[in-house]
Amino acid sequence: MYSRNCCTLPLVSLLSLLSLLLFTVALPAAEEIIKTTADHTKFDELQQTFNSGPEVTQACLSCHTEASKQIHKTKHWLWKFTHPDTGEELGKQTIVNNFCGAIETNYARCTSCHIGYGWKDNSFDFSSETNVDCLVCHDTTGTYKKFPTGAGHPPYVDKPFPPKSKKIWKAPDLSQVAQRVGKTSRKTCGACHFYGGGGDGIKHGDLDSSMTNPNQTLDVHMGTDGLDFTCSTCHQKEGHDVSGSRYITQAKDEHGIDVPGRDDNIRSTCESCHGDKPHPVTVNNKLNDHTNKIACTTCHIPTYARGGRPTKTWWDWSTAGRMSNDGKHIKTKDAQGYVNYVTKKGSFEWGENLVPEYAWYSGNIRYKQLDEKIDPNGVVAINTFEGSYDDPDARIWPFKVMRGKQPFDKGNNTLVTTHLFGKDSDAYWKSFDWNRAIKAAMDAGNADYSGEYGFIETTYHWPLAHMVSPKEETLGCESCHAKEGRLGNLSGFYMPGRDNYYWVDLFGWLAVLGTVGGISLHGLGRLFSKANRR
Amino acid sequence: MSQIYYFSLFERFWHWSQAILIFGMLITGFEIHGTYQLLGYEQAINLHTIMAWVLIGLWLLALFWHTTTGEWRQYLPSDADTMLSMVKYYLVGIFLGAPHPFHRKRVEKHNPMQRMAYLILTMVISPIIWLSGILYLFYQYWPLIGMSGTSLGLVAAVHTIGAFAILSFIPIHLYLTLTTSEEPFGYLIEMIVGHERKRG
Repeated sequence: MYSRNCCTLPLVSLLSLLSLLLFTVALPAAEEIIKTTADHTKFDELQQTFNSGPEVTQACLSCHTEASKQIHKTKHWLWKFTHPDTGEELGKQTIVNNFCGAIETNYARCTSCHIGYGWKDNSFDFSSETNVDCLVCHDTTGTYKKFPTGAGHPPYVDKPFPPKSKKIWKAPDLSQVAQRVGKTSRKTCGACHFYGGGGDGIKHGDLDSSMTNPNQTLDVHMGTDGLDFTCSTCHQKEGHDVSGSRYITQAKDEHGIDVPGRDDNIRSTCESCHGDKPHPVTVNNKLNDHTNKIACTTCHIPTYARGGRPTKTWWDWSTAGRMSNDGKHIKTKDAQGYVNYVTKKGSFEWGENLVPEYAWYSGNIRYKQLDEKIDPNGVVAINTFEGSYDDPDARIWPFKVMRGKQPFDKGNNTLVTTHLFGKDSDAYWKSFDWNRAIKAAMDAGNADYSGEYGFIETTYHWPLAHMVSPKEETLGCESCHAKEGRLGNLSGFYMPGRDNYYWVDLFGWLAVLGTVGGISLHGLGRLFSKANRR
Repeated sequence: MSQIYYFSLFERFWHWSQAILIFGMLITGFEIHGTYQLLGYEQAINLHTIMAWVLIGLWLLALFWHTTTGEWRQYLPSDADTMLSMVKYYLVGIFLGAPHPFHRKRVEKHNPMQRMAYLILTMVISPIIWLSGILYLFYQYWPLIGMSGTSLGLVAAVHTIGAFAILSFIPIHLYLTLTTSEEPFGYLIEMIVGHERKRG
């Protein structure tokens, strides 16, 4: 009995160890299966050869009957946002930016990032359900890519891009893609949002292709070695309407942690998971105190564009159009190998690991409208926003500020749209004639153009919310509480360590020096008089 | 055996702990003020806050001790004439080798100028610093006490003025206590052991 026990025990433990090992190995696979209840490879509707995107959508809609109607209401589809306070029509459809200007007359190029098919001109049918592109968001194969000049369509045959180059864009196998749809991912959202402004990382600074599979150091939430969040972990809402738009940012979420049934169910603010007092209380509770005036991102995004991809910081269109002596297009690169001049687009500057700029921000961004007057001698702020120290809804936010020079109407003192892309000779990228390019775009949008253009410097603020660093790399107090701190340009409030009153300090130090001087003289006098008395 | 204990154990403890705390508060305080960088801002804030609470505790303890022992009378202002003769002594007599106008007794251990200086220090400057400091510390909660319109800069300025007052007090205090005793460093020794060092 005794001896048998001593032999079976190791055997039992070995077996249990083995089964444990087997179990842990089997676990991920089992999870994979239970994540969804539908296997799209088994759907009859998808067992067919699709010739175009809209055909796939047709099949999707046969089960997901309301999907397109939901998409139709969103900014992803309309590229339009009516500001509830001002009634201004914002959104990509109307806004002039300082990247490629505006989408008017450039549709087929710009709408390669539209969540639809075929928006190639003003006649696009926004009520068409089959023109909604389901795959661009729900592809899991990584093979589905909209063609850069395809007005939202993927290539249906293998095609080179740039045209005549050796880079081939492969046509996706649409039925393969359709049978393997799934949830959105960093890759699908990133297919557009990482490439805004015409290429990787150009626009946002906190969103670029390094965020497809970031590590925790780059983004503590999305890091694949950590929480592995997808975009929709935070940017979620019901009915395909994604929360977290920039047009009305929730600069301060006083709901704190969102509880179902109680709160606004918007998960795209930091507070909706972390609450508004997220820091452990130490001797000082200053970090929690700061949440009323400082956005989380201000300290927790110490630098942006730090995933190894640069972001564009300067874009000067006024230098565009130069050709080499033999009439060829020019392309030059800077010391780091980043393109800093191309004939079609002018001069660029890039930056990595950039320190944000900071501003009071209540969430209300105002955009310069096309017909709004501008100061031809100043720097035009394409977007401005409300907020100040005294505004209880405002907090200090970090921004990437995109700067550049772009054409404007010298006669009317307004911004202009420009017809860049197209096969016609009015297109700037064909004729390199700004006057024609501006006239064509302005005419198409029924906007007034005086016929005289110049170039004006502009700024465009992009609030930063991604590339949140691990807490070890968060900014410390002295990043701002210092004479030359990060918030040096913000005014209207007293900040310890940065501010002092000149007269208080002057008289204070004079008083201290005065007493030291006084007692020194007094002491010396005593020494002398004592020596004299002897 | 006829030694007079001018300073009880509590007073000596009070004096030296207060001295250490005030130096600590000044060092950390001027770092927070932005005058220099030494410990790092957060560290300075933490130490400043801890020391502030200890100092306030100590102040309350001293207040209690002085009221219960009756020693608070040591800090009542003297009459104008005695005060004036003291000022005259420091301005003129001390250079001429004139005798000290004040005769120290156990119930009157401080000279008129000391009495006045310490009274102002503990009853005016310290409360100004502590009250403004507490407001500074609980800046976040000003709206709850109807202070939302007050500028932090004003409170900070008052606090800083108090700090400069203390900083100006220290050299005078050190000079007078270290150089005016009959025995070299007599007052310093007294503040350590509690009584005068009797000759012979």
